[in-house]
Amino acid sequence: MSHAPNLAPERADNMFDVERIRAEFPILDQDVNGRPLVYLDNGATTQKPRRVIDAIRRYYESDNANVHRGLHALSERATNAYEGARDTVKAFLNAADRREIVFVRGATEGLNLIAQSWARPRLGPGDEIVITTMEHHSNIVPWQLVCRQTGARLRVAPIHDSGELDMEAFAALVNERTRVVAVAHVSNALGTINPVREIVETAHAAGAIAVLDGAQSAAHGAVDVRALGCDFYVLSSHKCYGPTGMGVLYGRTGVLEEAEPYQGGGDMIHTVSFEESTWNDLPYKFEAGTPNIAGAIGLGAAVEFMTELGMDAIAAHEGDVLEYATAAFGELDGIRIIGTAPKKAGILSFVVEGIHPHDVGTIVDRQGVAIRAGHHCAMPLMRRYKVPATSRASLALYNTRADIEALVESLRKVKEIFDR
Amino acid sequence: MNDLRDLYEEVILDHNRNPRNYPCKPEKTNRSAHGFNPVCGDEFFVHLHVEDGIIEDIGFDGAGCAISTASASLMTEALKGKPATDAERLFREVHHLLTEERQVGGPGEFLGKLTVLTGVKEYPMRVKCATLAWHTMKAALHDDNQTVCTE
Repeated sequence: MSHAPNLAPERADNMFDVERIRAEFPILDQDVNGRPLVYLDNGATTQKPRRVIDAIRRYYESDNANVHRGLHALSERATNAYEGARDTVKAFLNAADRREIVFVRGATEGLNLIAQSWARPRLGPGDEIVITTMEHHSNIVPWQLVCRQTGARLRVAPIHDSGELDMEAFAALVNERTRVVAVAHVSNALGTINPVREIVETAHAAGAIAVLDGAQSAAHGAVDVRALGCDFYVLSSHKCYGPTGMGVLYGRTGVLEEAEPYQGGGDMIHTVSFEESTWNDLPYKFEAGTPNIAGAIGLGAAVEFMTELGMDAIAAHEGDVLEYATAAFGELDGIRIIGTAPKKAGILSFVVEGIHPHDVGTIVDRQGVAIRAGHHCAMPLMRRYKVPATSRASLALYNTRADIEALVESLRKVKEIFDR
Repeated sequence: MNDLRDLYEEVILDHNRNPRNYPCKPEKTNRSAHGFNPVCGDEFFVHLHVEDGIIEDIGFDGAGCAISTASASLMTEALKGKPATDAERLFREVHHLLTEERQVGGPGEFLGKLTVLTGVKEYPMRVKCATLAWHTMKAALHDDNQTVCTE
């Protein structure tokens, strides 16, 4: 998404047949409270295309077995499907090696793994971890735990009112004491696309590792971990049209080899005796126990789905709908958009003057429009903007300008109800 | 749209726009409690001045959605000058009104104006908003220092 689309915008738009794409999502074809569903809560979770649902069903109906163990046909098929998903994800992120793709429960577990397995054993008093004001709780709390465990210190880089990271202040915070820089690629509450390449360079120049939280970026534009140069990148499958309880931790071979195992158990060991155990090779050292096999297969199908559509085309389409929504909101009275960075992904956080986001959420839901209202797991960011919560519309590849028109219409109803 | 108007009753909108006894901590406050629903961010402090079993004065501060704010405001209006035993009874009746599927004999006269909260029952996700101030008041009456949560 930080790169210009390869296709000319008009051409990308023509090729992006959103009605045909919508038809692949069975859940979108329903009424809610007597109105056609308008699903604009994709930052929380995306819906699943039929091929993802089918891939999971097919696995359970015909291939289900444990992986890396049995010598029988089903186990071989299950293992091939599970490891095939790893190859698919490797290509999707342009990782150098399939051993760099670790399957986890989600972005949250990925960040906790980095914190506990890489950071905790090497940090101590005097060391620093740098994050930003716009982080999701899952990129704050794991580092707070590490700080408590090691005596390291958490530093927080501020943001501008627009929702852009204050790069000067950020650069000033990163110094020889910095061991970890952990930043959201895209802010879940503001939509800001952070200049992650520059952030990675700043981290590396100081000798720190760079961790990117890709929960809100992976499904919305091309991600090339080698071009970004990051040491770690995490994503959640369910925010990428795949199943819940599944995620990816990308780690450079070097840092993954340095890291301690996250959990002990089957599959993550090479040998075990009561005196000593040795660890399995990457990535299995981090995959203790029977993994989420169906989850990985579902994620693989979701990644293939996105790749076929083309990440640049997806980014262009969502960018068009975001631009349309931003302009439409500009024409509504008493609505303030929180997060107005020039480079944004499809997230529109807003407050309606004098009306609490939960009341907004309830009223628009009655009109079939699903948005999120709350602090978006970013309480420090809400304090930064002096609001208790915001309403948030977040886009996916199946959203259209018509969805935005339904949202705007439902927001007019909010004002109608409250202004009477 | 009619059902939304049942939820956002005119009395509720009025108490949301102009909350009574807000923001207010009565001078002789001798009981206070904190209510906080972390997921939605509704947060109130309820302050009581209780003398010889009578709620002589009551006020609240904090911030929340229209439902939680109006419910808190209506509560302070209903309880001012009342015996603490009435407060306990109203707490039970409001709770019943918001959570019970079937009302036995319809809302009692005892509830008075508070019956405007009836519409909230149709919105299960919002019941926690309407009950927050009430649980906080009860905690204050019982001198309970734990933060109240209704999520």
